[in-house]
Amino acid sequence: MARKTSTMSGTGGRTAALFLFPFFAVFAVAMIAPVVYSLVLSFYAQQKSGLGFGGAKTSFVGLENYVQVFQSETFTGGLGRLALYCLIYIPCMVGGAVVFALLLDATVARARKLFQLLVFLPHAVPGVIAALIWAYLYTPGVSPLVQALQSGGIQLNFLDAHLVLPSIVNIAVWEWTGYNVIILFTALQAVPREILEAARVDGAGEIRAALSIKFPLILPALSVIILFTVIGTLQLFTEPSIISKATASVTSTWVPNLWAYDAAFNRHNLNQAAAASIIIALLAAGLSLAVTRFSSRMNKA
Amino acid sequence: MITETVSAPSRPSAGVARRKHDDGSRPGGKRPGGNRLSREGGFASAFTVNALLVLGCAYMVLPVLWLFFAATKDTADLYGTPAYSLGRFAFVENIAAVIGQDGGIFFRWMGNSVLYAGFGAVLGGLVSVMAGYAFDKFQFRGKKAWFGFVLLGVLIPNTATVLPMYLLASVFGITNTVWAILIPVLCNPFGVYLARVYSSSYVPDETLEAARVDGAGPVRSFFSLGLPMMMPGFITIALFQFVGAWNNFMLPLVMLQDQQLLPVSVGISIWQGYSVPQPEFSPMVITASLLSVIPLLIAFIMLQRFWKSGLTAGSVK
Repeated sequence: MARKTSTMSGTGGRTAALFLFPFFAVFAVAMIAPVVYSLVLSFYAQQKSGLGFGGAKTSFVGLENYVQVFQSETFTGGLGRLALYCLIYIPCMVGGAVVFALLLDATVARARKLFQLLVFLPHAVPGVIAALIWAYLYTPGVSPLVQALQSGGIQLNFLDAHLVLPSIVNIAVWEWTGYNVIILFTALQAVPREILEAARVDGAGEIRAALSIKFPLILPALSVIILFTVIGTLQLFTEPSIISKATASVTSTWVPNLWAYDAAFNRHNLNQAAAASIIIALLAAGLSLAVTRFSSRMNKA
Repeated sequence: MITETVSAPSRPSAGVARRKHDDGSRPGGKRPGGNRLSREGGFASAFTVNALLVLGCAYMVLPVLWLFFAATKDTADLYGTPAYSLGRFAFVENIAAVIGQDGGIFFRWMGNSVLYAGFGAVLGGLVSVMAGYAFDKFQFRGKKAWFGFVLLGVLIPNTATVLPMYLLASVFGITNTVWAILIPVLCNPFGVYLARVYSSSYVPDETLEAARVDGAGPVRSFFSLGLPMMMPGFITIALFQFVGAWNNFMLPLVMLQDQQLLPVSVGISIWQGYSVPQPEFSPMVITASLLSVIPLLIAFIMLQRFWKSGLTAGSVK
């Protein structure tokens, strides 16, 4: 052991730098520099000269852009919508994945390989296409879903202002549940079979074993899933922007990412777009840090 | 609490289990006593479990299946026949419509997607694997801090950096060029994290030590020993990177204005915009969607082993 560290440290520094350089070069160019530049940009504003010609001049405005972003009702509305989206999406998706993985791990389950493949299928469908498929499945006249509900006497418009949020949640649930089922199922397979056998001998039924033995043992995997799900939900952009073409219920500023896009390309206010992007990135970093903290405490307890 | 009682004293319970099963030779993946359990659980619970699994899978599969059915119909049948039935077989016409639309640009878009995703997979995968290998095998100053940067990169959502990237790229005048896509797809912090896990589980330190004694430098031993040993991991990381780049929507949407440079994801979203006011475009858009998904579906089915191992490695700490 001591020998290993000494030989490795002999090759250390310079070689490591050689191996790490490509990644950190790309990382600097594609992540650090853009964020730093946006940070700078977010403290400036383009101000038009009084007469409206002679071009705009750039001046330092401090936190003015951030204040404007937070004062914008469309931005805070979008933030609220995103929070609501998280509140519906995370329990549905994670809960669904846990239940499905436990079912798949039940001793009586058949054809596990096939079920795994089928449940993972939606993940092979790109987000754009997934949103497009569901956009059709929500459209009256094409949709078998709407038709089936109608024949049961239920009139639902999945794309109206009230239902469009749950409808988009459903798209995300469809895309991500299977992916997480596979992760959880793999974690379940690692649960020592002797323990389950012992529990069975002690008279615990299948459901009891699932809840009081298997579930606690997959908590670490579950916390990783929740972390990545939280990060993922803040990315929400593709699905609403595809759905927005099919319905007016999704506005051009529906969630923060759309708001920032709209600021840059429709309102041509790059400084505000930069400020909004920084806010989203900080929010994501803060949230994922909180989840990491919480889950490490949960796993220790 | 439960975790403790379960994980620590697993020995006595293992003893019980073994006494029950006097033959120690059970096949690897199969679980002991499965048959007996199912008999005890009874027909009802076996039926319930499998019925629920079928129901869950139906939810996953039916929308994809809809795409297959819809791609074979013309506009009238799309709106006029039940979704999961066959109308007049118009698949060939629909493909012809896809090919004919906007001067055959669809295949250009597919080619662009293959280029962007393939480049990201091969070169980006290599970049990630090299970095992950270095984090696992070399000792150097500030290792923890550098790895902290990698983790930070994992935690920041992609879309949050897309607009900043656009703003910076426009300073250098590289928006609306392939570089605006090709450089960002190389950056995959999660790939580095995965590669570190793979390196520590696939490449034994002893092998590298032996190579060192034989006089191989660290670069040579990486390419002739480390990389081949990590090949399954490399393929997994490359696969994930390919899928990520293929699915990327916001980055190309923001960066590219030239239709000739678009990947298929953005291209189809533009066509979808046509089909909303003019439903007669729908069969063409649906067929194009199907054509763009088929390569990915095939890749996923063929490479099952790799994505499963990637998901597993990603969730262990």
